[in-house]
Amino acid sequence: MAQMLSYMHKDTWIHRLSGVTKMLYFILWSIVGMVTYDTRVLMVMFVISIILFSMSKTSFYQVKTVFTIIGIFLTINILAIFLFSPLEGTKIYQSRTDLLHLFGSYVITKEQLFYEFNVALKYFTVIPVALMFIVTTNPSEFAASLSKLGVKYTIGYSIALALRYIPDIQKDFTEIKRAQEARGLDMSKSAKFSHRVKNMMAILFPLIFTSLERIDTISNAMELRGFGKKKKRSWYRERPFTKTDYVSIAFIFIFSVLAFVVTFIDGTRFYNPFI
Amino acid sequence: MKNNGNRIVVATGIGTALYIALSYVSIPLGFIPNTAIQPRTALLAFLAAIFGPFVGGAVGLIGHTLADALQYGSVWWSWVFPDALFGIAAGLFAAKYAIEEGGFGTKQIVLFNIVQIVANVVAWVVVAPVLDIVIYAEPANKVFTQGAFACLGNVITVGVVGTLLGLAYTKVKAKSSSLKKED
Repeated sequence: MAQMLSYMHKDTWIHRLSGVTKMLYFILWSIVGMVTYDTRVLMVMFVISIILFSMSKTSFYQVKTVFTIIGIFLTINILAIFLFSPLEGTKIYQSRTDLLHLFGSYVITKEQLFYEFNVALKYFTVIPVALMFIVTTNPSEFAASLSKLGVKYTIGYSIALALRYIPDIQKDFTEIKRAQEARGLDMSKSAKFSHRVKNMMAILFPLIFTSLERIDTISNAMELRGFGKKKKRSWYRERPFTKTDYVSIAFIFIFSVLAFVVTFIDGTRFYNPFI
Repeated sequence: MKNNGNRIVVATGIGTALYIALSYVSIPLGFIPNTAIQPRTALLAFLAAIFGPFVGGAVGLIGHTLADALQYGSVWWSWVFPDALFGIAAGLFAAKYAIEEGGFGTKQIVLFNIVQIVANVVAWVVVAPVLDIVIYAEPANKVFTQGAFACLGNVITVGVVGTLLGLAYTKVKAKSSSLKKED
């Protein structure tokens, strides 16, 4: 199975923040990052992301695979945008500066380059913060913080269960796959498409059916222990708020408001250096 | 098994874990670029058909969000919401499919597939591209082409893998519920 991002215990001020704070920060940061297309705002966010990322002492090795995948995805996306709509930037910024004529209607314009630069920048402002959120937040604490934010504890518990059982299910998957391969099933790329689909099902079916049995076992066990009988529940991993939490939350709220003001002060979400 | 509150909570949790684990498994269709048989979509439809719209929507929403975050380190919200919507839609007639009661027959299979095709079209040809344009301001023709391919891949996956899953599971379950109480 492919490498997955996971929580890693370290001792920095970001790790010590409460899960609620980090989640609020992540949500507001992504919303601002999604809404704004203002290059100035994006640049500031990008710089802050990088600083925070280095403060969290996340080693690049931890996130290398993820960065490669994002890099490939982003490149394809940017090329696809150009292929489908080479003059999207011209439309948005309502000006046109041709740089290079390629062929047919494909012209590289300054506006298009700028627009696509913004698209890439948008991803890079959110990615470091998201990565950091995942590697610095303990999953159990994350579930606890959800209930603090007013989400019903049963939903928080579902998420905690999901995070708890991902490794187990991956282990089951590998075991079933090996067992089937030992029986002669070819799962490699050399097999025919129809065979691969059929063989995939030979893994999927046992995996899904054992998981369904697991659902019944766990829910019975929870029933026996009286889960869901009361409106409230306490959490083992809950972390109390500290001064740093309040400061961080204040910062992200003020930052979001400022970002929106700067973005929309000229009426659109785009920053236009061409007029 | 009755679908009580605890079972819904656990089904959401384990279903999400399965969905995330299966995010790493896919077989490219080959003849159409950028589409693949993604077993996780079939799983989502199957879980929704057993446990109903709440589990479908929650597994789609939480599963897609976490899978994106754990795999790419960022979340493509414009593709998360369509998946949640698909999960809800696929689970709307859960009671009618009667998969766990061993009653998933021809009639139910037809209904299941009509629902999944409609849900896929709405989610991937309408909602996802529109969100792509609203959130990311991407060119319209690009996102609609992408959406159409995604829709096609999903319809095929759910139609084949999802239906087979339902059939196989209903057979397993039929044995335990085929006994009737004597009047």
